[in-house]
Amino acid sequence: MQKSNAGLVSRSFAVLAKDIRLEFRSRYAINAILMFGITSLAVVSFSVGQSSLPPVLMAAVFWIVMFFSAVSGLAQVFIREEEAGTSLVLKLNGPAEPVYLGKLFFNFLLLSTMSMIITPLFFMFTDAPTDGVVAFLAILLLGVIGLCAATTLVAAVIAKAAIKGALFAVLSFPILVPLLLPVVNATEIVFDGGAFIDISAHLQFLLAYAVIMIVGSLLLFRFVWEE
Amino acid sequence: MYRITVENGAKRFGPRKVFADINFDLKTGESLAIVGRNGAGKSTLLLCLLRQYLLTKGTLKYFENEKELENDSLKGRIGFVSPYLNFYTQLSAEENIRFIATVKGVNVTGKEIDSLLSKVGLEGRGADLVAEYSSGMYQRLKYAVAIMDNPPFLFLDEPTSNLDSDGKGIVTQIVEEHRAKSIIVIATNEQEEYSLAEKQCRVGQ
Repeated sequence: MQKSNAGLVSRSFAVLAKDIRLEFRSRYAINAILMFGITSLAVVSFSVGQSSLPPVLMAAVFWIVMFFSAVSGLAQVFIREEEAGTSLVLKLNGPAEPVYLGKLFFNFLLLSTMSMIITPLFFMFTDAPTDGVVAFLAILLLGVIGLCAATTLVAAVIAKAAIKGALFAVLSFPILVPLLLPVVNATEIVFDGGAFIDISAHLQFLLAYAVIMIVGSLLLFRFVWEE
Repeated sequence: MYRITVENGAKRFGPRKVFADINFDLKTGESLAIVGRNGAGKSTLLLCLLRQYLLTKGTLKYFENEKELENDSLKGRIGFVSPYLNFYTQLSAEENIRFIATVKGVNVTGKEIDSLLSKVGLEGRGADLVAEYSSGMYQRLKYAVAIMDNPPFLFLDEPTSNLDSDGKGIVTQIVEEHRAKSIIVIATNEQEEYSLAEKQCRVGQ
């Protein structure tokens, strides 16, 4: 067996492929996320009935569902490693950064899949306007990237704790406030008939947030992982 | 030529002393048995050597040709077998080996995986999920992973646990094969296991 020149990309991809394979065989995280998302949307739909929600409430409801779905499922990538006792294999055999990137991409795929199911249901259950769908999808994409970037590092922190679920929500919330405020605001503008140009400042902020969180997490992850 | 040195190594968890005054200096070709009663801190010392715990006092250094190895350079150069090392049970043995090899930065072919599995007596079982393995087969798989790239450091914690007499023979054979090219550290309180090593370090006296 020869040493390969496996770099960051191939190692990250190996971690991602392994997590996808494990998820396909257990469907643990996707079931947790989808159950929460669909249940909460159905509850909102039953509560609202035939009446129409104002744009600000529609935006808030959508991102509440996204936030709690993320909280209910995204921590599993690290919790699963800790509970199965497999994190030692990763720690002994390779650098920390590919682990973070592999888990980040996995969480992104997971939340994107969930969004693809939840978003059409949201438009069906509420009477949210579909005119600004491109602008809405841009907010959704950057919001999902931001959610994953912030929560993946927090997931690594809480994976070793005894009360993981509560701690994950508590630690994630302050980090996600700067993300949630502009995504709710931008979504409200779109639901209120605003054009793409009206949310360009929000999109720039969301992009900056995602980049800062990913770079910051990448730099900090080693200390969390190897502690 | 590789080397590990531990000088005045000590470990505490809060007020509880686990071990103290651990000293050894091992070069490639040398082997050490860490011995002591249950709870004496043998596994904790191994985890300190793996840099999963920090020593409370003392120094631990790794060298390659007298140049000190940093933590990152050490990764992927250690073969480790232990009861608390777990693989992905929802993956097959082959998938586990392939994944760990990629993370380690090692190219591994299907033929090489077959050869590794055959060496530890798991021929024909590579496609089975690890969840379906018996504890003895699981232990054998740990050896296949540990020796996949002939690591310069081989750490074995309770090396023959869960193994039948054939499995114990395989462990002896692996230790003999790696004796000249690796530094071998064995944590055990079984005489037949610590007799595999030339030197002894007693913890928890």
